Order: sequence, then structure tokens, then C-alpha cells
Amino acid sequence: MAWAGKILRVNLTDGTVKSEALNMQWARDYIGSRGLGSKYLVEEVDAKVDPLSPENKIIWATGPLTGTMASTGGRYTVITKSPLTGAIACSNSGGYWGAELKMAGWDMIIFEGKSPKPVYLYVNDDVAELRDAAHLWGKSVFQTEEIIKKTHQDPLMRISSIGKAGENQVLFAAVVNDLHRAAGRSGVGAVAGSKNLKAIAVRGTKGVGNIRDPKAFMQVTFEKKKILAENAVTGQGLPAYGTQVLMNVINEVGALPTRNHRDVQFEGAKDISAEAMKTPRKTDGKTHLVTNQACFGCTIACGRISKIDETHFTVVNKPEYWGASGGLEYEAAWALGAANGVNDLECLQYVNVLCNEEGIDPISFGATVGAVMELYELGVLTKEQIGIEAPFGSAKALAFLAEETVNGRGFGKEIGQGAKRLTAKYGRPELAMHSKGQEFPAYDGRAIQGIGLAYATSNRGGCHLRGYTIASEVLGIPVKTDPTESEGKPELVKAFQDATAAFDSSGLCIFTSFAWSLPDLAPQLAAACDDGYTTEELAKIGERIWNMERDFNNRAGFTAKDDTLPKRLLEEACKTGPSKGKVNELAKMLPKYYEVRGWNPDGTLKPETRARLGL
Amino acid sequence: MKITLKLFASLTDWLPPEARRENQVALDYDSAPTVSEVIERFALPPKSVHLVLVNGAFITPDMRSNHRLADGDVLAIWPPIAGG
Repeated sequence: MAWAGKILRVNLTDGTVKSEALNMQWARDYIGSRGLGSKYLVEEVDAKVDPLSPENKIIWATGPLTGTMASTGGRYTVITKSPLTGAIACSNSGGYWGAELKMAGWDMIIFEGKSPKPVYLYVNDDVAELRDAAHLWGKSVFQTEEIIKKTHQDPLMRISSIGKAGENQVLFAAVVNDLHRAAGRSGVGAVAGSKNLKAIAVRGTKGVGNIRDPKAFMQVTFEKKKILAENAVTGQGLPAYGTQVLMNVINEVGALPTRNHRDVQFEGAKDISAEAMKTPRKTDGKTHLVTNQACFGCTIACGRISKIDETHFTVVNKPEYWGASGGLEYEAAWALGAANGVNDLECLQYVNVLCNEEGIDPISFGATVGAVMELYELGVLTKEQIGIEAPFGSAKALAFLAEETVNGRGFGKEIGQGAKRLTAKYGRPELAMHSKGQEFPAYDGRAIQGIGLAYATSNRGGCHLRGYTIASEVLGIPVKTDPTESEGKPELVKAFQDATAAFDSSGLCIFTSFAWSLPDLAPQLAAACDDGYTTEELAKIGERIWNMERDFNNRAGFTAKDDTLPKRLLEEACKTGPSKGKVNELAKMLPKYYEVRGWNPDGTLKPETRARLGL
Repeated sequence: MKITLKLFASLTDWLPPEARRENQVALDYDSAPTVSEVIERFALPPKSVHLVLVNGAFITPDMRSNHRLADGDVLAIWPPIAGG
């Protein structure tokens, strides 16, 4: 049935590690990963808990297809209550760690309590023990991986860990695995840090068995891989150019948030684009991009591996940064670049490596720096306060602030609180570009109406991956809709949100959905797990997961008033591009969205919605 | 009249070599061309002509042969791509 059927429950306060049977009814109803992990969280954690207290729990969860031969089956999620937003957090990562945990025979790990001293969890198939991590505390993600592998004399071990940012409880600290894959958003790394949990080191040698119908599974996964290979996006576009190919697209459609959303087009976009990464540098004649890279079992291989120009000011005396490393992906390039008006590709990659090295989310970090630069230009913040002159476009300020933030120094401590808290402290809360406390990603909600609604209603705060309507509104997948039109977007957003919840819960990557839809996912889950997983059933499960997350947030204290956008997106019109003069029409879309969701006007679930979804 | 043609991703190779670093080339026309006429002039492979924008606005495939460009327009074209 593809699930291992076992979970690890780790009580950090007591130092105990116990094996527990997976709740198979919950597995059937919530699939795995995001859905199933969230089900455990909402059942076991008071929604009003302080996210950084021992009473919060944090869960590493795989899906039933994680570790199988299905394409992209390397995903896992980290689920907790977010310290950045106060809402449910679920951050998804690729790489190889998730498959390794599954091959060790575990579906998920639940951590509860707080360890009195730094520890890491060592898992080697059936052996699971807490180990002292005093020697790892204060180390980066990169150092932690190296030390643990040497300690266990096992270079094949997979590590999921936090850097100094997680230890320091930076509110957007990430959990990083395989050096540069991250459960990046919502501050899951800070929760791990609050529990003195440094890392999970896993070695799994069992493989993933227990497939319901192995022959049918082999056949259907082969067929679906063929679709990915023959699709122009997943077979050619993403491996060749990665997500970064969007930089010029989104700029051209006038939806590239620039200088803290003051503008929607960036004159330097071409300098930090996928095309720029493949263009030989004037300094050394080499391209920034070295190669693409795939996660476990992935037949798309969208990942980017790059090398920084060794003569660049950020690394000129730092040979440790001269090697090839992960990045740039579109979101990081946007947040570190356009959001701050910085068009220095080498600087962006340096900062991106710092984010991976010490474990912070480049989206929230970059967006917060954007707010800082606007406050500096307005004269609210001074050079003396920040530690450097910080106008929009300053690569030196960006690099300096990244170093300060990941090391917990100076003004970096304030940046580590995120844009909402920082701007509020200095009396300008309207300058934080966020929803529910989480900073927006790389698409402007005025130029693309549906994504604005998706941000406002996202269960984890500002996020594109909870309902990626860009696929339809800009890229024409599966059908083209007009980005400037708000009519029909509530239905579109709901459809994307529900389908995404099902994909995320399977253990596969959402990028498969550029070529697949639920009818492609359903037979793979059916062959692996349960023949009741039809397209219709997956759509219903996706909707169930969405409503379960929403219900948790409502109990945490969120109301309809929190389904909103900053004043800038609702009142300050786009200055250029095809959406010139447009603001986000949230007030027109939100009532319809509540209606199609089956919610009351106050944003709570109607009793009949609960009954229909089995909540 | 002058228009700007921008070709991105794998379509970059269809630009003149000196225009590839900037991903764009300025074009002169005596009379307003349709989008299709510009595409044909550069012999762009039909399967790679996926996302077509004029001044950032999407042009549907069936409109490419009817939509005439105006002086100063920017025509940008991508093959099938996506991101996240």
C-alpha cells in the first residue's frame, strides 16, 4: 500500500524515541505528506499554542509515493504551527532526504516537547536514537552535513538540518537537506531551533515495498514519465532553463514586483534572468550556470547549479564560495534581486548560497530587505541604524544584510523578524508586502488578479505554491485565462488550491502538474495505495485538506479580516505594463470565493461543508 | 515604422548573434506587419512559438495572423516554459 505503516514519535523533553503504527484511516483520507502530517498536527496541537513553545510539535512527513519509482518521488514536508504567521505551516522540499526516510521504513517523524540540550536524531533503518549535538550547535547546514557524515563514516547518509538562523529563531528560518534543497517557508527551522533539534540524519536500505499492485504501478508510472518527457515544458523548458526562465516573462507582462512593490517592471530583469545565467561573463568568459540537477527520482531536473565569479566583491577573499552550489531559482532571484532593485547576478547567488548555508528563506529575507530599503529611502531608517547605506539597488547592502541576518548580528536581528514586525516597529506597517505575516513571492497581485486572491486566502500566508494560478493566467496551463480579469478567478483559485493539496500529499512534486493533472496522479496512487483513489476522490481529498488547514487557522484566531492584501496592492495602481492603472479587485472576488468554498461570510466553514468533507 | 522583437529561452538562437546578449532586435517595416509575418520572417519553429505577447498582453494563436503591430510595439515570444 506504499505507506511504510510506521511513524517515529520523538519526545525531546524526555529523550524518548518510539515506533508507532500509522493511523491507516487517516492515511486513506489524507494520503500523506502535507495532508496526513497536517491531520496529525491539527489533532494533537492546540491551534492557539505559542509556535516557539515546547507545546508546539513539528513533523517531517513523506507521502506514499515518496521513494517509489514514480517520477519526482523525492518530496517531503515539514509541518508545524508557524512562528512567522501563527498559521499552519507546511513547507515542502525535494532532494534525497525524503526518499531516504521512506527507505528506512518510516512514513513520518513527530517531534514534541523541547530537548534540554542540542540533539540530532540518528535513523538507520530500524535504529532511531537521539544523539548529542553540542558540537554541531553554531555550525552551518553545510558543516553539519559534513560532520555527521564523518562521524558515522557514511557518505550516503542524508541530512535534514538547521543552520545558525534556525538556532537563533529567525522567524523565516528554513530546514535544509542535501545542502541546497529546503523546506524554506514559514519559519519551520525556527521551530526546530526552539526545540534544540539540530538535524535528522537518515540512512535507509530497505527500499520501498508494499506497493498494492506492483505490475500496474510499473506500467502507469512508465506511461506518466513518458508524458513528462514529451511535454515541452517538463521535457525541455524546465531542464534547460529552470524556473528562472520566468524572470523575463513576468517582467514583460508587468507583474514583476520591484522595489518593494513600488513598481511592476524591473529595468534590470534581463541581467538576473535564466538567459543571463547562460551567457558568458565579461570577466572570465564562463557562464554563471554550471549544470541542471534532479532530485530523487525526478525526470524533469529543473534545479540549477551555478558558480560565482571568483573576482566578485562578495567572494574575492572567500574561496569557500568558489565552488558550484545550488541556485538561482526564480523565486530567490526575484526576492534578492527585483524586490530590492539589485541587478547584480553574482551578488544574488552569493546571498542565495548564504541562505542555504545558514538556513533562511530567501523569499522572506529578500522581501524584508525590500521594506528596509524603502524605509531607508523614506528617511525612517538611517545608515547608522542599518549599519550601511541601503538605497534600492545596492548590492553591497544586500550582501551585508544577508551576512548580518544569517549570523544574528546587528540590524540582521531585526530583519530576522520579517517584514510585518519590522515595519510595524518603525511605524510604517503598510510597507510590509505580506499576507497573514508571510512575505509575498514573485508575482504582483495587481497585474495578476487570481494570484492576488490566492495570496489573500493562502492557509500559510503569502505564497504562490498554495494555488499557482500563474500557470493559467500567464502560461496557459491547462488553459489560458486573462490575468487582468477578476471574473472567474475565485473558481480558478479554488481548483488550483485543492488540486495542489492532493499533489503535495502524494509525495510527488507540484511541477509535474505542468504536464499532469489529477487524472494522471490518480492511477499512480491507486496502483500504489488504494484503488479508491479516483480523480474525483483526489479532488475531494484536496478540498478536505484545504478546509482542515483553514479550520485550524480559524481556531488559531484568524478571521475573514485576515484574508486581505496590503493597501499598496488594493489602492496603488500599477504604473506600467498591460495592467497600468489596475489594483487587485479582492473585494469583488472574496465573497464569491467564500461561496464556492462553502464558507460563511465570516470565513468559517458551514456545517454542510464539514459534513460533505468529513471534517 | 519600428518594432522591437524579443526572443527568449531556446528561441534566443533565432536572433542575430549580436542581438542574443540582450535577447532583442529592432526591426524596420514599411507597413504594419502582423504577428505571424514577423514570426515567419525569422522562421521560428511553430512548436516553439508558444507564449506570444505584444506590449505584455497575450495574443491568442488564432489572433496572430490578424493582429497588426503598431510603431513602437514590443513583440516578445517564448517556447513552452514554466516555473514556480
